[in-house]
Amino acid sequence: MKSTVKAALAAAVSLCAVQAAQADTLKMAFIDPLSGAMASSGEPAYQSFVLAAEHINADGGVNGDMIEILGLDNKISPKESLVQLQKAIDQGARYIIQGNGSSVASAIIDAVNKHNARNPGEEVLFFNYAAVTPEFTNEACSFWHFRFDAHTDMKMNGITDWIASREDIKKVYLIGQDYVHGEAVAHAAETQLAEKRPDIEIVGNELHPLAKVKDFTPYVQKIISSGADAVITGNWGQDMTLLVKAAADAGQEIPYLTFYGGSNGAVAALGEGAIDTLYQVSELAANMEDVSDEQNALVEEYKERFPDYDYYYHRAFVTLDMFDKAAEEAGSNDPIAVAHALEGMSVEGGYGAATMRAEDHQLQQPLYITTVAADVTYPVDNTNLGWRLVEGGVIPADAAETPTTCEMERPD
Amino acid sequence: METLVFALLNGAIYGLLLFMLSSGLTLIFSMMGVLNFAHASFYMLGAYLAFTITEGTSFWIALFLAPVLVGGVGMLVERYGLRKVHAQGHVAELLFTFGLAYLIDELVKIFWGRTAVNYRVPEILDFPLFTLYGAQYPAYRIFILFVAAFMLVALWYLLKKTRAGLIIQAALSHPHMVGSLGHNVPLIFMTVFGAGCALAGLAGVIGGNYFVTDPAMAVQMGPIVFVVVVVGGLGSLEGAFIAAMLIGLLQTSAISINASLADIFGFIGLGADTELGEITIASMAPMLPFLLLVLILMIRPRGLMGDREV
Amino acid sequence: MTDMTASHAALEPSRSDKFRQRTVPLILFAVVLLVIPLFNPSRSMVTLLNHMGITIVFALSYNMLLGRAGLLSFGHAVYMGLGGYFAVHVMNWIAEGTGIWGSVPMFSMPAFGFGAGALAGAVIGWPSCRRAGTPFAMISLGVAELVAAAGFMFDSLFGGEMGISGDRMNGPELFGLSLGPVDEVYWFIAFWTFIGVLGTYAFTRTPLGKLSEATRDNPERVEFVGYSPQRVRYLVFIFAGAFAGMAGGMSAVQDEIFTPENLSLIPSGAILIATYVGGIRYFTGPIMGAIVMTYMGSNLSDYTAGWLLYLGLMFVCVVMFLPDGIAGIVYGTADTIRQGRAGEMWRTWMLRLMGLALVGAAIITIVEVAFRWSDGYGEVFEPFGLQLTVENPLTWVIGILSLVLGILALRRAAKGGGK
Repeated sequence: MKSTVKAALAAAVSLCAVQAAQADTLKMAFIDPLSGAMASSGEPAYQSFVLAAEHINADGGVNGDMIEILGLDNKISPKESLVQLQKAIDQGARYIIQGNGSSVASAIIDAVNKHNARNPGEEVLFFNYAAVTPEFTNEACSFWHFRFDAHTDMKMNGITDWIASREDIKKVYLIGQDYVHGEAVAHAAETQLAEKRPDIEIVGNELHPLAKVKDFTPYVQKIISSGADAVITGNWGQDMTLLVKAAADAGQEIPYLTFYGGSNGAVAALGEGAIDTLYQVSELAANMEDVSDEQNALVEEYKERFPDYDYYYHRAFVTLDMFDKAAEEAGSNDPIAVAHALEGMSVEGGYGAATMRAEDHQLQQPLYITTVAADVTYPVDNTNLGWRLVEGGVIPADAAETPTTCEMERPD
Repeated sequence: METLVFALLNGAIYGLLLFMLSSGLTLIFSMMGVLNFAHASFYMLGAYLAFTITEGTSFWIALFLAPVLVGGVGMLVERYGLRKVHAQGHVAELLFTFGLAYLIDELVKIFWGRTAVNYRVPEILDFPLFTLYGAQYPAYRIFILFVAAFMLVALWYLLKKTRAGLIIQAALSHPHMVGSLGHNVPLIFMTVFGAGCALAGLAGVIGGNYFVTDPAMAVQMGPIVFVVVVVGGLGSLEGAFIAAMLIGLLQTSAISINASLADIFGFIGLGADTELGEITIASMAPMLPFLLLVLILMIRPRGLMGDREV
Repeated sequence: MTDMTASHAALEPSRSDKFRQRTVPLILFAVVLLVIPLFNPSRSMVTLLNHMGITIVFALSYNMLLGRAGLLSFGHAVYMGLGGYFAVHVMNWIAEGTGIWGSVPMFSMPAFGFGAGALAGAVIGWPSCRRAGTPFAMISLGVAELVAAAGFMFDSLFGGEMGISGDRMNGPELFGLSLGPVDEVYWFIAFWTFIGVLGTYAFTRTPLGKLSEATRDNPERVEFVGYSPQRVRYLVFIFAGAFAGMAGGMSAVQDEIFTPENLSLIPSGAILIATYVGGIRYFTGPIMGAIVMTYMGSNLSDYTAGWLLYLGLMFVCVVMFLPDGIAGIVYGTADTIRQGRAGEMWRTWMLRLMGLALVGAAIITIVEVAFRWSDGYGEVFEPFGLQLTVENPLTWVIGILSLVLGILALRRAAKGGGK
């Protein structure tokens, strides 16, 4: 069995090689942290894009051209990203992929807008796969920017829809990091809950400094004394793991609804304490029933190739699939043609259909609320724990959708 | 009331952990004048080694073995690194440890990966000890309290009641005199550096599973340790203890104060809607140690209990 | 009396010496700046060159503290950041064009950064310059943490996480430069880099510059002579802040964005490393360090995931074995050649280079194999078609044998050099 697989793989590889020799390469630049402390979020995304590109290349590429993903390390610094952006453009990349850090994304959007205005005929497109500041597809929207991740307000829509369906939740506590993202999350939660469940009381709205708090016990104590039934947080990194860890240590068993609970290593850091405490909203639910075998095979292939990480960046695959489809439809790999074709484009993703809304270039897709459980098919972080879909946790695309204020200027 | 009790309890434990971490640095800094930038990296090393040892054997072996290993690494670093740089003065030594911190961080990533590891509290200690105002209190925290207290007493005994401690104490204040008396000062330096690193390693063993063991833990702990040492004062373990407890209590209790700057300085006309007025004491809590550091150095450069200037 | 002046005059370098040692290098530097565009560098190369220019000015300003005045700072990026932030605000005022701002050319941004940096230095320097040594270093660390935290707190000044961006294509044009394309920005950066180098060099020739060195070496004697070391440090600190702010103004035009991250400990640490690796005892050391480190910082990551490890190793090695940095090697070699000992040097250099090559090969092999082993993707390090894996004994033969041989060769060279 193994050897036949190997032989088939070898054949596929050699076929690819033959094709690659004939076909041109289509360079896409992946600019994100690939070293240092933040590499644990940049690297798995890079691997996801590489794997997605391999799949597309094996299927004949994009209009016959083979995708090559250039990994460029921006050390999570906006300035360094601009150097890498210039490098990418000079190496012939007309498509830029980035996601970590809204500061970096905002710098790249700005730079791409300026570059395209100053260098007509040499336009580049920016595919944002994870920077979730709503402005990017609202007042700061750009024709050259496409976002393949749900933004803060949409994810919050998912969370508040689920809370609204839970009659037993009467009191909600908001806690977040003291900067733009944390404030935006708190604001979205307040307005949406007031609309969907006016009877819910917001018993706390707390902002703490970014990445400086070691011991979250005092915060958890505040949450306990407030009598909250659920906690919503936009925290990421250590601020998220330490918060949930402190809650688990204090024996709290209420849902902590997070945006980034699924980031690599969080479940490993929390262990059993995460069960039924750590919730996340994301565009995939790996252990959901009725997922196609093809998609599950992809999840397994990812794990086998990159044993340190798990299949998390589903959007990488959606991004490249949609790009491939748009380019074939436009009959050209030229960024302007592809951008026009991407508007309104729709693909059948592994976890539900995804559509690129034309007026603001924001991907619309179903969202899922999942929580950590022990008996799952696809565990994460090399533990025996994984993400299980919660009851009523499927948020259809139109429920997560938010209106946009975008007034897009399109080139002729 | 309940906020106060919790702030005191947690502040004390955080302070003790800080003290464990900074006592080693105080020893090193006082005796050798080296502000060891890599100290927090040894703390991280302790946590990761304990994780690996726990996987293979048990937490209790890790509790003894990991600090010893970290101390060994520290001694090697002193013998083959710092000693070479010593002749070039304190700035070079400091920069050496600065580079060393980079190296240790990268090596940890090679050996243990870039994400957090599943370093757990041992099962025998993984239960709620008592319930206080609706929140369970994990037994492991009390265990930390005991380990820290034990270390404190052991260190005190070693320094004050043994002959080796006398020499070390003498070397803390008068290193040249001790050398003139015929003691092998380089050997003392190597031992003290190793012991200081071992203490950091011990803090890592018990802090790693209390917090999270991941490659960012050194960077996060790094600056605060300096604050403790400098605020406490050179050559004074008591000072380091007081500073650590002060900072631990300050940080945890400030979190529970919801008052904003406008509430406090409202009388001089600071509006609640201004950007400055909106800032709450709680959100400033993590910055307080650095404010303390700057103030202390300006007003009293010897530190709280120090007998010499830094 | 006349005798005294005569002997002074004899000690002083002759006119031609002065010209050769002080003016010629500056002219050469200007020529290099002028000649670079003739080679038609690619846009990414120009971007890199622009960043090098910014880092050169920043590193020189840092060395006014570390090398000249002996003040170790862990928060120098604060001044570059504040200068740069102010420049971006000015850029936005120019874009609005109200009042006097409509007539301010974009070309003058570094001057605004210079002013803001000097002001920041004057405010923060007042409490921190009262002491040198470790208290100064610790205060700079505390101040850097506080300012970086403030950067996240005051959105109207610092723009929160996303920072503040501007557009350099506003205001009146100077020298016919629209500053749109990056090669036009090159001339802007080249001009201000030259001004920065000239300015920091001129500073070393002033009485204050000389006094700062005296304060570094022996503050007591400076006090005996009648100067206050505190005031000397304070004034030097203001100038260092000003030149850092100037670098910030250059960076504001080049990158058109400033974020709170620019104020943090990370860029402060980077400039410390760059300056030290370049060599703090020479005026040109920081320039060399800035060029090398900017290049490595942006391009080394293209070749290896372990670039941070290499950087750390390089830094530690420089601290341990080459306290005079790159400039030390360059000037040391030049001196030996001038003394006519080139032949003798040649042999030790060959030995040294061989040793370095062996040690380098060993380290690269071990690091690259280790990184691939750690990733676990099944990738194999294949230099010259060799399949080096963890299991392959050849890996360890290359790794350990050449490391040992290399160290032996280096030791031999060190002994030979001591003759």
